[in-house]
Amino acid sequence: MQSPLDRRAFLAGAALLTVLPLASARATPEAMAAAIKEVVGAGTIRDGRVKLDLPPLVENGNTVPLTVSVESPMTPADHVKAIHVFNEKNPQPHVFSARLGPHNGKAVIATRIKLADSQKIIAIVETSSGEFWSASADVIVTLAACIEDVT
Amino acid sequence: MKSARVVLGLASVFAATFALAQGSADKRRSGYQDMGEALQKMQDDDTANPGMLFVQLGEQLWSKPAGAANKACADCHASGSMKSVAARYPAIPKDADKPIDLEGRINLCRTANQRAEPLVLESRELLSLAAYVAFQSRGQPIAPPSDPRLGPFREQGGEIYRRRQGQLNLSCAICHDDNAGKKLAGVTIPQAHPTGYPIYRLEWQSLGSLKRRLRNCLVGIRAEAYAYDAPEYVALEVYLMERAKGMPLEAPGVRP
Amino acid sequence: MTNVLVNAPKTAKPGEIVEIKALILHPMETGFRPGTNGRIIPRNIIEHFVATWNGTEIFRMEMSPAIAANPFVSFFAVATESGTIGLRWTGDEGFLVEEQVAIAVG
Repeated sequence: MQSPLDRRAFLAGAALLTVLPLASARATPEAMAAAIKEVVGAGTIRDGRVKLDLPPLVENGNTVPLTVSVESPMTPADHVKAIHVFNEKNPQPHVFSARLGPHNGKAVIATRIKLADSQKIIAIVETSSGEFWSASADVIVTLAACIEDVT
Repeated sequence: MKSARVVLGLASVFAATFALAQGSADKRRSGYQDMGEALQKMQDDDTANPGMLFVQLGEQLWSKPAGAANKACADCHASGSMKSVAARYPAIPKDADKPIDLEGRINLCRTANQRAEPLVLESRELLSLAAYVAFQSRGQPIAPPSDPRLGPFREQGGEIYRRRQGQLNLSCAICHDDNAGKKLAGVTIPQAHPTGYPIYRLEWQSLGSLKRRLRNCLVGIRAEAYAYDAPEYVALEVYLMERAKGMPLEAPGVRP
Repeated sequence: MTNVLVNAPKTAKPGEIVEIKALILHPMETGFRPGTNGRIIPRNIIEHFVATWNGTEIFRMEMSPAIAANPFVSFFAVATESGTIGLRWTGDEGFLVEEQVAIAVG
């Protein structure tokens, strides 16, 4: 499992990469797969139990509402431990990681994310029994017509 | 801030006045109706509408004394007394001969009554105060004053609205009258009624004024945007508010 | 100037699952955007969001630059006892905001 310190180093490193004149620091489906592997390790990822709600068509990628909900009794014996969300075309593959437990009652998180381009979003859920479940969503990102001149 | 019941009440008042204002003969649509469901939900939920952060800030500023007179807005204006104010701006203030918009009115109070420095245009403070005032007119129909002196300014605004400008040689009317409802780059062209100002525009990731949005339009058609304090913006707003007369105010709106 | 909008019920029955919503003003500058001079605007984001119920952690979220500006989070918690729901945001440039709301459970 990644510690916050590792993630900070990763994010700082990713930010640094974009300043250097390298070909591209964009996340790719491969980078997303690598980021997922860091979380899941050798475990198998099952499809199901997780619902990822995103609007299919987004007027502006700056603020995209997202809700992840997981079918889980959220008891001490059987609950969601963590929810990780990844993207495939932003400059870096992480979106967020959340830690939960039976004290949440419901494994439902809503937030707003940035999407640089039309792409696939993947949610990976880790349960208390060590299982991994996932869901994905494809989002088309358009852009409002008359945008700002930064000067 | 507000209890859930009041929030629900406000939302249903908005929906009801919306339905009333938009009778079957009225083809006018707020930009709200051209947004996707996710953004409409974002606007409707006062506990999640990012514009509400600025309304809350405005509420705090409302009670803060300012200027040589050491007066707060609240000292003259009781809470809740700003209802319908935003719906009847721009207007010509007493002893003046030119209309000012809501931000201009707030600055007029600051300089004349509080004896303080005017707030910088498009600053967070000015926008938050405008958001707080406009929020109190939510659900109210847009009601431009019947002052006959507004006539020439309204005409000037209409002339600018219909004037072809910029490298793309487009006028506001070409997109927002003739082609509203059609798609431009995947997004529905709205009719451009100023029903939600100040708006939280996703593109800005912040709250902004109608002036800022009009500047975006001018840049969009590759025209030179007028200076921030140019009278053209107020003239346009006088025209647009008359064009949107009767439509309910939605402040703070959320727009893409 | 920080500004926070927190929404949680003021009362709840024991065992009731309540929704907690939090909205905070923050630019969430990604560190990938070029400014007007062509140089990258430095990253400035909220990294951690932690919620506690009478001091016990009930929710934690690690944010990346992919979280939208003025971050909004909604999550659920089981109402256990009366007391204080604490929310804490930390991030770049020493950003630290704490907010508390009271809740009566009974």
